[in-house]
Amino acid sequence: MKIHGIRVPHHKNTANSAPVRLPLPTVITIPMSMHIGRPSAPIVKKGDSVKVGQKIAEASAYISAPVHSGVSGTVKKVDEMLISNGQKVPCIVIEPDGLQEISEEVKPPVITDHKSFVQAVADSGSVGLGGAGFPTNVKLNVRDLNEIEAVVINAAECEPYITSDTRTALDKTEYIFKGIDAFRKYMKVRRFIIGIENNKPDAIEKLRSFAQKTDDVEVHVLPSIYPQGGEKVLVYNTMHRLIPKGSLPLDVGAVVINITTLAFLAEYFETGMPLVERCVTLDGSAVKEPKNVIVPVGMPISEVIEAAGGLKSEAAKILYGGPMMGIAVPDIDAPILKNTNAVTVMDAKEAAPPKTTPCINCGACLNHCPLKLDPRAIAKAYKKNSGEELKQLQVDLCMECGCCGYVCPAKRPLVQTNKLAKAVLRIYKESNKKEERQ
Amino acid sequence: MNRLLSAVSPHFHSRRTTQQIMLDVIIALVPAAVMSVVIFGYRSAMVIATCVSVCVLSEFLFEKLCKREVTVSDLSAVVTGLLLAFNLPVTIPLWQAAFGSVVAIIVVKQLFGGIGQNFANPAITARIIMMTAFSGTMTNWVSPNFTTSGAADAVSTATPLTLITKGELNSLPSYLDMFFGFRGGCLGETCVLALLLGGLYLIVRGVISWHTPVAFIGTVAVMSLICGKDVPYQLMAGGLMLGAFFMATDYSSTPPNKLGKIVFGVGCGLITILIRFWGNFPEGVSFSILLMNILTPYITKLTRPKPLTGGADKL
Repeated sequence: MKIHGIRVPHHKNTANSAPVRLPLPTVITIPMSMHIGRPSAPIVKKGDSVKVGQKIAEASAYISAPVHSGVSGTVKKVDEMLISNGQKVPCIVIEPDGLQEISEEVKPPVITDHKSFVQAVADSGSVGLGGAGFPTNVKLNVRDLNEIEAVVINAAECEPYITSDTRTALDKTEYIFKGIDAFRKYMKVRRFIIGIENNKPDAIEKLRSFAQKTDDVEVHVLPSIYPQGGEKVLVYNTMHRLIPKGSLPLDVGAVVINITTLAFLAEYFETGMPLVERCVTLDGSAVKEPKNVIVPVGMPISEVIEAAGGLKSEAAKILYGGPMMGIAVPDIDAPILKNTNAVTVMDAKEAAPPKTTPCINCGACLNHCPLKLDPRAIAKAYKKNSGEELKQLQVDLCMECGCCGYVCPAKRPLVQTNKLAKAVLRIYKESNKKEERQ
Repeated sequence: MNRLLSAVSPHFHSRRTTQQIMLDVIIALVPAAVMSVVIFGYRSAMVIATCVSVCVLSEFLFEKLCKREVTVSDLSAVVTGLLLAFNLPVTIPLWQAAFGSVVAIIVVKQLFGGIGQNFANPAITARIIMMTAFSGTMTNWVSPNFTTSGAADAVSTATPLTLITKGELNSLPSYLDMFFGFRGGCLGETCVLALLLGGLYLIVRGVISWHTPVAFIGTVAVMSLICGKDVPYQLMAGGLMLGAFFMATDYSSTPPNKLGKIVFGVGCGLITILIRFWGNFPEGVSFSILLMNILTPYITKLTRPKPLTGGADKL
């Protein structure tokens, strides 16, 4: 079986742009919800002074993550603010003092076994840096290490424009392999697969030259067919195993980790500096000088754009991430998050919504869906508000990769309909459960 | 501060639109249209022009009258007009061609909800209605202007399939004449070469997939062989090429999934054979497609690909 996908324009304009460190922002705003799970709990208050690497919020549950400051300065405010997902969450606003004093909390973790390894990963504040934002330590907290047959390192980077993972592969190759060493030692992993799309020949060559010195790391070159970087697609194409619906990669013996996350962890083990800054690809039709930049978490997008050379035309739409799965931000002052691998700024022409016409039943959506869903039928069932049909059509399997919406000649908002249909199905299942209980 | 647009992903879209798909179909039909004029004379062009203009006009007027959004710019009415004209004899009175066009667009397409909603192929359904209403003029075939063996007089003739049914095998055109379309028949169905070129163009452009035509034509070939008939003749005669590439691949009235397309094509092939060899009519392509159109919702439902749940159907 071959998993379907689509060919999208790559626009990897910034692949040769080594990341540059931008000057400090005038303010950083750090939402407590930059990961999947419970929002973090702030441990600083207005007026506190903080240093670089200092913990400013704690993990509030098992699936949560601590947050650290990327600047030294003064806490201006800890208050609820509206963030890009439409929810109000507490945010910590810090005004940098420009001194960038390193906190005394920053010291390399002491790792002796699997338990202390997972604890160190938790303390680093690491979440999936490829965009998903799932707390890394939760993924690595495996009860029986023998269950792990392979660690799949996700370097596919299948979204258009984004090259921050490519830069990790090129610039931080040593750290990637130090991270692999740590996994070998503390997770007892004996097989590593680096999945990477074939449109990054330089990165593939460099990774291969390092992998040759080991006997358990393979560089698996994938075709550039979107969405190779989707967890299910990646595990299937590298290990020929399909993660069942509702299961984790571990259920088929895989642990999937983003390549930038892995490199970050290795760097953290060495320096003790938690996740306070990251590489972001700044590109899109409105950007004057597309490039990769290193910025503190919390830096406003507006300041990132300005410091990186500005815009050549007015921004009409700004995305966290790339054009296929990116989230449109409501405000140009929205902050860079831990999982913001790219900021795509579109001009009016690129952002113009296409004209929607009636469905012509061409079948392009269902013939390109990686998970073999039928968005055409889902849209009909959604219109009828039929939870039963949506259940049979398995809409909750949808990973919202956007293939259907991309190929649709009638430009129908299929991903949006799928999202709405998922909500209908959720309500339907809940009411079914209630009935069963009664 | 400027206002930012917000939308659900994806924020990229392919360049292909409905209009572009229809334009591709029109381009694919051009060779056969040109050949119809070469083979049957200028009156071919008049029939085509009548059908296309009446189709577009009736769609426009109906949508205006019902205060619906006017969709003639998607070019689907042009495609319907072309296909209907291709399914008519060149001698058809123009008012009858116009009547058929109105039936195709208003009764079969618009009354069922417009583009993408019709359960049956508009051109084929209109043709079948015309065959019942105007059985005389709908079977008034003339010889082509010339053949590979020299010029011919425009006299009344029969289609090759009628000749076979009647057993008049001596008057049959040669394989070469059949391939180039120099034979009696509907004005757009005779030139196998032009239809193959158009069909290949649609497959290369990704407008249609190979599944339907291969299943349809393949079934006719295999069944003809089994029944001891002249296979090349069965493939090139009648409306098989036109039907398999252009009518059985209609989006709204056929299954959208690959397996469904194969089932649809095989079904069309079997019904065509049944009518050709054992039925009252010499040709069965139109009926086979219409019958399979009716079964389409069931075929689609039964052949829908299983979502990749990995065996787990957690509810």
